[in-house]
Amino acid sequence: MALSQPKTDATEARLAAMQQPQGGWTAMARGQAVTRVREMGLPARRDEYWKYTRPDTLVSPEAPQAALFETQEAPVFDQVERLKIVFVDGVFDAEASDDFTLEGVTIERLADVASADIHWALDLYGVLEANGQDPVQRPLAALNTAFASDGVLIHATAVAAKPISIIYRHTDTASDVLLHHVVKVDAGAAVTVLESGPAAARFNGSIEIDIADGGAFHHVRTQGRDHECRAATHLFARLGVGSVMKSFTLTANGVMTRNETVVELTGDDAIAHVAGASLGDGDFHNDTTVLVTHDAVNCESRQVFKKVLRNGATGVFQGKILVKPDAQKTDGYQISQSLLLDGDSQFLVKPELEIYADDVACSHGSTSGAIDEEALFYLRSRGVPTGEATDLLTLAFLAEAVQEIEDEALSEEIIDRIGAWLLRRRAD
Amino acid sequence: MLEIKNLHAQLEEEDKKILKGVELTVEAGKVHAIMGPNGSGKSTLSYVLSGRDGYEVTEGSATLAGDDILEMEPEERAAAGLFLAFQYPVEIPGVGNMTFLRTAVNAQRKARGEEEMNAADFLKVIREKAKSLKIDADMLKRPVNVGFSGGEKKRNEILQMAMLEPKMCILDETDSGLDVDAMKLVAEGVNALRNEGRGFLVITHYQRLLDHIKPDVVHIMANGKIVKSGGPELALEVENNGYAGLLEEVA
Ligand SMILES: Nc1ncnc2c1ncn2[C@@H]1O[C@H](COP(=O)(O)OP(=O)(O)OP(=O)(O)O)[C@@H](O)[C@H]1O
Ligand SMILES: [Mg+2]
Repeated sequence: MALSQPKTDATEARLAAMQQPQGGWTAMARGQAVTRVREMGLPARRDEYWKYTRPDTLVSPEAPQAALFETQEAPVFDQVERLKIVFVDGVFDAEASDDFTLEGVTIERLADVASADIHWALDLYGVLEANGQDPVQRPLAALNTAFASDGVLIHATAVAAKPISIIYRHTDTASDVLLHHVVKVDAGAAVTVLESGPAAARFNGSIEIDIADGGAFHHVRTQGRDHECRAATHLFARLGVGSVMKSFTLTANGVMTRNETVVELTGDDAIAHVAGASLGDGDFHNDTTVLVTHDAVNCESRQVFKKVLRNGATGVFQGKILVKPDAQKTDGYQISQSLLLDGDSQFLVKPELEIYADDVACSHGSTSGAIDEEALFYLRSRGVPTGEATDLLTLAFLAEAVQEIEDEALSEEIIDRIGAWLLRRRAD
Repeated sequence: MLEIKNLHAQLEEEDKKILKGVELTVEAGKVHAIMGPNGSGKSTLSYVLSGRDGYEVTEGSATLAGDDILEMEPEERAAAGLFLAFQYPVEIPGVGNMTFLRTAVNAQRKARGEEEMNAADFLKVIREKAKSLKIDADMLKRPVNVGFSGGEKKRNEILQMAMLEPKMCILDETDSGLDVDAMKLVAEGVNALRNEGRGFLVITHYQRLLDHIKPDVVHIMANGKIVKSGGPELALEVENNGYAGLLEEVA
């Protein structure tokens, strides 16, 4: 189908503003991705998949400015033993980063190996993204494949000795950054990847993850923080037999964030959990868009998303479980809930189940509600002040999502973050 | 300890008067019981005293150890030493029972300018008190009252009371839903807390609880007022003859 003229114009305007990084072994994938972008056109207001989120500022040739946010807070994951890789406005910071040597894993940078002839990531770079363009198009992901300036290539061959922590720093009010990570988990191997920080004024982040039979991938990220930051991220994962993926995202602040997650369960008995907690106060738009495809027998998937919204913040959830005809014994679960702390905020949802197998157990639910007054009074009658009681109930609301983080030290870090965010807004 | 004078209260939302001039004084060290027909206003009295939203006090006063409690927020009343064991304890999914109790104990201590209890001390104390109420470790870990049986919820209320050591305890039908053994446990829990500095107001429909928690004074509430007060024998009279005769007598 031919694109509308305005869409073609907008897409060409953005492409004209992009700089093509050195290609190396990624050159072909990048070239094909540019073609995909041209064919699809960048997202526009009228697109069904962008019904609840205005793509304008994510696709415009220039990134809107984003002020830097002053904070006294200790960096997240500070208490966690990890290997640090730091990007400042998308530029790798060798000084601040650790040495890439880690038992069980090889780590390289996309920018470094782009000049090599061939690489293990050749089979993955842009491949999972291209697969993920059907049944719905994700042009910003193709744009990322085409123009990502850098990223981390992680190959887990055994159980990684410690988490790999990708840290994003934002120091330039006009930075416009595209980063692309690739993770390959070999059979029986395991790795945890952490992402944290506001990456840029406007960030387009992509991560492709291929998990072989019996492999495990854990992912915990925090994003937002700087109020005026914008981000569009994509996570593409493909799971082999008996493999496990658990991804958790904390979004606190950020004027515009769209996180798309595309998971394909291709091996029997695989498990994929995608979860998130969002905290929005005022000028906050947070869109979680998930597609989990069951294409194998006896797989389990969970989507657990909880959003706390106040002062006119907006939360969006579009989540789908797609069960292919042969994916019998599928166990699919999806829950999306919002806690509206006042009457101005809104939660827009589109939960979907599409099931072509007959022997499956899938459930989904979505709710929007306020703080439970009965519970609040009960707590206050025991001497807990309103503010503290409200925070306790808010944390309780988020608990189901946070509990999806398997590692206790990591979930503690996330709970601390949430607690601090709530405390800054506490009215006693 | 607790002094209620000519207390009138109505619903905030509609013009429905529920309390119509309650007079009641509970001295420190004493146990008072309130009995009365369904709908007479017993729970409403306990809610108004603890500061629940939805009720408007139109007349009268209530003081705790001389302080006007009606002006206070619910949490301030709690810190001042008031405790209500709910007729229907509330379930709070996602908040662990232990976390809940520790937060409450320390919030009250903080409000009173006392030192907070550290985790180790707290654990020691709560384990001991839970044991005597036959509340197992699993119930302490679970979310507050979620999935608890009726009797477990009531025992959990008494555990909270034991941990918070209030000056004035109001028990709203803590005996309802309890089996005979659980009733004994609850009564023992209450009796263990009886001392000369502490007052109790026990709302109940049955004489049976009062066999275990011996009241000093028994009041009959009807239509939003205390209509008759007397000794423990008044409870027996209710048990044997119901309210009809009593209410006729005072009408
Ligand atoms: N929030 C409310 N909304 C409407 N009616 C109320 C409310 N609270 C109390 N009432 C009414 O006020 C009256 C007194 O209720 P209350 O619960 O205090 O009675 P009670 O003496 O505790 O009864 P029971 O022995 O059945 O527990 C009842 O008629 C009840 O329906
Ligand atoms: Mg009652």
